[in-house]
Amino acid sequence: MQDLGIRVLFMGNNMARLLGGLWVAVKISLISMVLSVIFGLLFGMFMTLKNPFTRAISRIYLEFVRIMPQLVLLFLVYFGMTKTFGINLSGELSAVIVFTIWGTAEMGDLVRGALISIPKHQYESGAALGFTQIQTYQYIIIPQTLRRLIPLSINLATRMIKTTSLIVLIGVVEVLKIAQQIIEANRYTVPDSALWIYGTIFFLYFFTCWPISLLAGKLEKRWNG
Amino acid sequence: MDIAFIREYTPLYVEAAKLTIGIALFGILFSIVVGALCSIIRYYKIPILEKLAGIYIELSRNTPLLVQLFFLYFGLPKIGIHFSSESCAVIGLTFLGGSYMAEAFRSGLEAVDEIQKNSALALGLTSVQTMWHVILPQAISVSVPAFCANIIFLIKETSVFSVLALPDLMYVAKDLIGLYYKTDEALLMLVVAYLILLLPISIIASLVERRVRYAGFGN
Repeated sequence: MQDLGIRVLFMGNNMARLLGGLWVAVKISLISMVLSVIFGLLFGMFMTLKNPFTRAISRIYLEFVRIMPQLVLLFLVYFGMTKTFGINLSGELSAVIVFTIWGTAEMGDLVRGALISIPKHQYESGAALGFTQIQTYQYIIIPQTLRRLIPLSINLATRMIKTTSLIVLIGVVEVLKIAQQIIEANRYTVPDSALWIYGTIFFLYFFTCWPISLLAGKLEKRWNG
Repeated sequence: MDIAFIREYTPLYVEAAKLTIGIALFGILFSIVVGALCSIIRYYKIPILEKLAGIYIELSRNTPLLVQLFFLYFGLPKIGIHFSSESCAVIGLTFLGGSYMAEAFRSGLEAVDEIQKNSALALGLTSVQTMWHVILPQAISVSVPAFCANIIFLIKETSVFSVLALPDLMYVAKDLIGLYYKTDEALLMLVVAYLILLLPISIIASLVERRVRYAGFGN
């Protein structure tokens, strides 16, 4: 154990610091996810409007956000905003803004897909059975939409957590940055610490995302199978 | 906007785009190979290998590419395994993409009803013929949308390779911002470069998706 680089993890409060760094990334993705769900629901309904103008706008927004790598979006907000408009955003705030913009687009598309996947006869049968419009939505449409939507949005949440690892590149101190600090601090005493620390982070991310993916898979199987 | 600046540094972006395309091309090709292998292993339920493929897919799908790259590029040299930046990038992209491709192919294979296979066998086709003439054509048309999405996803993921000190598009943009403080111009060129790279692929992908939808049976 003495000679293994893994002992670096147990020196001082290194493990706690790594977990704290992971929490920074997870916290940003949770905040962005909550905002994305709210805006995504609105955007999804907006996308189902028949108006050609709103269609064009939502299409362009969706395509642009989808095509641009998230890192480019981060750079646009973090560097571009400061230079062009003189607004100085912290790394965390730019990350939340970018991931909300991205999440809203993705979530909106999921909502749109779920909404248009409900066949017309569901609405008509509801009306034929004497349901009011609100009752039709409450008892027939929304439950079916949610069943399609929830597994997909849980998947989006894991994607969001994975993508937040990029924020280290705009200077947010999260798990990878803390790892670099720990590795640098122990460069002479534990030269091979990089292997163990980065390996640990790999599994930290895995054990954060894996249970969520499993849950999404299970829900999908139960509701759509 | 400084037009002269943009004109002067466009060649840098072209070079960087070539690098991005090169790495993406190799990464995607290897991903398809790895993905096909994994999905064949899982489809025919080859013992042990099936478990290994499952573990690999879960590991790679639930971790970010950036963390995988840090492990490959900074971690592995500590136990004597050295990769150049380029091979590290291709290996990382393949490790990530393989599992996504495997899932895309698997969803296609799973969508083909058992009865199709049984009917083909009942008609006297060998298992290879069944695969080639009956299962694959139907499976491929189902997995095309996921496959196209994966290609775009993998090209987008190449944007993190600047951490491996590879002079890709992100790297060039960041360099220009740092050297000349021409943030707007550098970012504009970056966005345009990615649009030029990805927009045609995205358009072709949606055309192909529309085309293969004809193959759908009964819906």
